[in-house]
Amino acid sequence: MLWRIEVKEKDGLLDPLGEGTQKDILDIGVKGISQVRVSQVYLIEGDIQDADVEKISRELLADPVTQDYQCSSNGFAKFIPSFKVVEIAYNPGVMDPVEESTLKGIRDLGIPTVTSVRTARKYYLYGKLSSRDLNLIVDKVLANKLIQHVVKEPHGKGQASLKPVAKPKDSPFHVVLVDLLKANPKELKQLSQKGQLFLNLDEMKAIQQHFRSLKRDPTDCELETIAQTWSEHCYHKTFRGNIEYTSQEKGHKKTRVIRNLLKSTIVKATYKLNKPWCVSVFHDNAGVIEFDEDFHVCFKVETHNHPSALEPFGGANTGVGGVIRDTLGTGLGAKPICNTDIFCFAPPDYSSSRLPPGTLHPKRVMKGVVSGVRDYGNKMGIPTVNGAILFDERFVGNPLVYCGNVGLLPKGAEKKAVHKNDKIVTVGGRTGRDGIHGATFSSGELTEESETISSGAVQIGHPIQEKKVLDALLKARDEGLYHAITDCGAGGFSSAVGEMANELGARVDLEKILLKYEGLTYTERWISESQERMVLAVAPEYVERLLAVFQEENVEATVIGEFTGSERLELFYHGCQVCDLDVKFLHDGPPRLHKKAIWKPTRLKEPKISSSESLNEFLFAVLSHNNVASKESVIRQYDHEVQGASVIKPLSGVNSDGPSDASVLAPRWNSQKGIAVANGINVRFGMIDPYWMAASCIDEAVRQIISVGGELDRIAILDNFCWGNPDKPDRLGGLVRCALGCHDAAIALGVPFISGKDSLYNEFAQGGKSIAIPGTILISSIGIVEDVTKTVTMDFKKGGNLIYVVGKTYPELGGSIYYDILGHLGSAVPTVRFKKAVKTFQAMNKVVQSGYARSIHDCSEGGVGVALAEMCFSGEKGATVHLKRIPYEGKNRRDDFVLFSESNSRFVVEVEPRHQKAFEATLKGVVHCCIGQVEETPEVVVYGLDDQICVNAYQQDLKDVWKSALKF
Amino acid sequence: MSNPRVIILRTAGTNCDQETASAFREFGAEVDLVHMNLLFSKKASLEDYHILAIPGGFTYGDDIISGRILANELRLRLGQEIQKFIDDGKLIIGICNGFQVLVRAGILPGPFEAQQAQDLRQIQKVTLTYNDSGRFEDRWVHLHLDGKSAWTQDLGKITFLPVAHAEGKFVPADQGVLNKLNRQRQVVFRYCDVHGKPCTYPGDPNGSVERIAAISDPTGRILGMMPHPERHFWQTQHPFWTRLEKKEKYGEGARIFENGVRYVREKLLAGKEAVGVKN
Repeated sequence: MLWRIEVKEKDGLLDPLGEGTQKDILDIGVKGISQVRVSQVYLIEGDIQDADVEKISRELLADPVTQDYQCSSNGFAKFIPSFKVVEIAYNPGVMDPVEESTLKGIRDLGIPTVTSVRTARKYYLYGKLSSRDLNLIVDKVLANKLIQHVVKEPHGKGQASLKPVAKPKDSPFHVVLVDLLKANPKELKQLSQKGQLFLNLDEMKAIQQHFRSLKRDPTDCELETIAQTWSEHCYHKTFRGNIEYTSQEKGHKKTRVIRNLLKSTIVKATYKLNKPWCVSVFHDNAGVIEFDEDFHVCFKVETHNHPSALEPFGGANTGVGGVIRDTLGTGLGAKPICNTDIFCFAPPDYSSSRLPPGTLHPKRVMKGVVSGVRDYGNKMGIPTVNGAILFDERFVGNPLVYCGNVGLLPKGAEKKAVHKNDKIVTVGGRTGRDGIHGATFSSGELTEESETISSGAVQIGHPIQEKKVLDALLKARDEGLYHAITDCGAGGFSSAVGEMANELGARVDLEKILLKYEGLTYTERWISESQERMVLAVAPEYVERLLAVFQEENVEATVIGEFTGSERLELFYHGCQVCDLDVKFLHDGPPRLHKKAIWKPTRLKEPKISSSESLNEFLFAVLSHNNVASKESVIRQYDHEVQGASVIKPLSGVNSDGPSDASVLAPRWNSQKGIAVANGINVRFGMIDPYWMAASCIDEAVRQIISVGGELDRIAILDNFCWGNPDKPDRLGGLVRCALGCHDAAIALGVPFISGKDSLYNEFAQGGKSIAIPGTILISSIGIVEDVTKTVTMDFKKGGNLIYVVGKTYPELGGSIYYDILGHLGSAVPTVRFKKAVKTFQAMNKVVQSGYARSIHDCSEGGVGVALAEMCFSGEKGATVHLKRIPYEGKNRRDDFVLFSESNSRFVVEVEPRHQKAFEATLKGVVHCCIGQVEETPEVVVYGLDDQICVNAYQQDLKDVWKSALKF
Repeated sequence: MSNPRVIILRTAGTNCDQETASAFREFGAEVDLVHMNLLFSKKASLEDYHILAIPGGFTYGDDIISGRILANELRLRLGQEIQKFIDDGKLIIGICNGFQVLVRAGILPGPFEAQQAQDLRQIQKVTLTYNDSGRFEDRWVHLHLDGKSAWTQDLGKITFLPVAHAEGKFVPADQGVLNKLNRQRQVVFRYCDVHGKPCTYPGDPNGSVERIAAISDPTGRILGMMPHPERHFWQTQHPFWTRLEKKEKYGEGARIFENGVRYVREKLLAGKEAVGVKN
């Protein structure tokens, strides 16, 4: 029997969810809604009576103080004349964590007979509404049809079953063979296409040749396994392939072949630097460096762009969940201690009428992504301490979502090795049809066939499941119960078990995999990408204890096979072999790709800009630029203090609203040793020259850590490339140039890469043209801080203190915010003078160590002007400064250039007069100059090169415009 | 003399357990992090402890309503044990999600009656519901000390702590409940501005009735609070410690843990064998 319970806030009480929905509706331009109320709907199935339903509602589902409930299908608002009701439910097969908790809650009430629960949300829309408006609201605000649908006829009491209908087991199990041996090239291509294997002809031929030598056709499962292992996502074919790179510079055309771009740039820099504190680089799930006498730290950043474009909440949600599992799967498992999240979207005011078909409005994408990160990070109890949000129109079809995680790993636990005869144990969530490519997922229309199907692209995470796995896992690790671990990400077991078995081989009995629902084929079990799963290699004698540890935390753990030593990957389904692959063939990988890349310098020019006497309005405009404006409303939605380790929070200053450079954590209780986390990203520099974008981003990521007090020789970095289609030579040319910049800057600054990732093919079709995102690199940085009590924040502390600019300013406004507000890109992109940068950073380290700096802020977007304004309003101080004292080299020495140039390797520093001499002595050999002083009065006054005032503004006004520009 | 013993409850989604444990340990308490499963299976017992702490987190995902499922586990399955724990004169603290659990289990505002614990409408007199802002927010707030609790001895008039929640708006069932709370001095903290004066959002982060941030039971031994004292345990956790003239080791939340431990030492352990505690 099916029951329906509806819970809502009592009349007269505030309904924040309803109010938020009302705002969202107004936001898409639909007026006439006077009020929205939202109620939660529970559909409960089982052998229960009226009294049970009453008890469930009263004791579990409704709050007795603020909520009402009703167990009939009539709804609450039937006497109110002017409203429309829309009920939105998840599509079957989509993860709804509330179902599991509700079932548990019902059992706790002593009612064991409920078999299934579904939830839905019901929206009561009051006011005048046309049916066109209603459709718009459903489409743009209430539901994402990839995962949700409008309930046409609400399920009612006595209605039919709720349970996902399993696929009828019509045909008896048989092994499916693929007709490969006889296939001609055309048929090979078709096989790849039809099976959505994304393998090219060379790769298909290699597979064909392999099976010809075996004199048999592959099974479907074998082919899928190869395709997964050889995929761009898992194997990074572009970066590992051969690239014929042609660069044109100053009329010279040079062509050379790069064999393995990754090894010849990023990895090469790390090996050349050969830092003794690098513990594990590039081969585990995250890069590992030394922290203190007992622990290492690991760091990994992933992208989750495509899923976030389709379903922003779920995409970002599972992105965070995935990168946390990378930390859990590093070495023998690290404890996640903070998250970092960086996004690129189209501007929030993007015109709806210009929106390409099939894309969500950037504002909706942004809201969904932020909510997804908030939900997973907060519920996992991992603070989100660092991030950035950038905007450019070309992200409209491909938003970028970078999710990073830092973990603490006990020394010794960085090594893992699968042993022969170890059992393969899966822990965590169950396996469903999630993420199986080629699965057709239901969209709106519900049929029995579509019941259990959803798409991997639109998964929703279950953070509490992962939290349970985390708790149990660290316990098992500390008891030494397993030899190796990895996470189930893309490719599911195929990738996870395959990777762990790449030397020994493994045997898996697929029927032992626990399922969310019946009806999965053997191949689906193997390649499903269901979330929150990990795979362990466990010595037979520890299996019992390990299973008990997981049971104590209510986490399911199951033995599904063993690592055999046969050097074959053997899969069985109820005793029948469905896969038998040579692990060497599998992991030697596909034939190398050969691609062409061309880099031509962009034909850009510096704009001609008339100079103005007053720069006031320009400073305000730069501060309110989307990329500069405060992100506080986002930051506050993230718990950035859980685990109690925060020392420098993402927000600094008197009112905790200033933008910190790097975040600092002291992850061990009662220890002053810390880590600093920051990032560098600048899309506009890359539009001019990806080489200097890479170098600038590395400089930024490093100087932010220097700002707070991290030491230069203890900084490690990560690379994350997001690029367009690498099969197009111009796109790949930019990518190569960016990688070359990474190599040179990392070596010159002495900061090794320890891990990285790439996401390619970020393009979408519009009007017959394929539009690529601007090639983007994110550099994430992590630094060790010897003593967190010596760290420095960016807010001005006291009137009378001296203000210094450290580092030289050049006429480098190409890609700057100043040019952008004037509608230009320019060509003079900031470069990095590497040797000078190193000297500056080293000197700044000494400044912090000696305690000479009361505040430090790096100069990035908006240059000295923005840095100064931010320091003033974060400390609620004024300032008087003189532009002519700012060290400047090059032509066009004019007020606006000096104030807004985005030259690298620069800092603004506040120094107490008593430390003046010592400070200056410490900076000997490094360009610096005292440009003025902090004032207790509220005016920020900047004297131009001609000694006339060019900026005169109240710090509060500067803050107001900076804080109010970007509202979510 | 033996040390005060603290039990920190854990279950799916608990996440401030370790820093809360460290805070108690700093003042010499012996702390166990105990999964609810161990209490159900009787492998652990409340009897062995002096302080019960329910830390922050998202127990069971805060699905349905924050803290509801853990609260039901406590009142329906451990009601008798909790009753005895309280009757023995021991201490309970619930922080953030722990506070939500305490009110939904009817342990606050109390007095808790295990006999009535099967009927939620009988025992839940107040609630913590969605913030007026409609969203989760992490921000620092000033708290005006009003009531009298064993946990707040020697605390200054104003305490500065962070909140991080989506459901922290305090609402009593009716005016009578509110009057009684005020009359019995059970309102421990109210949100205030930096000078201790009444304030609105964001100083009051959630729109609580009478800006109530924390309450105790009539004895003052059970404290529930939305702000996180364990997140201002060290001065370096202060959001602008780099501006503070006076450098200190501890932050403003440490005293709350110290008070709990000291209370046990002075009232429950001093000069006599441990009260009701098996060692």
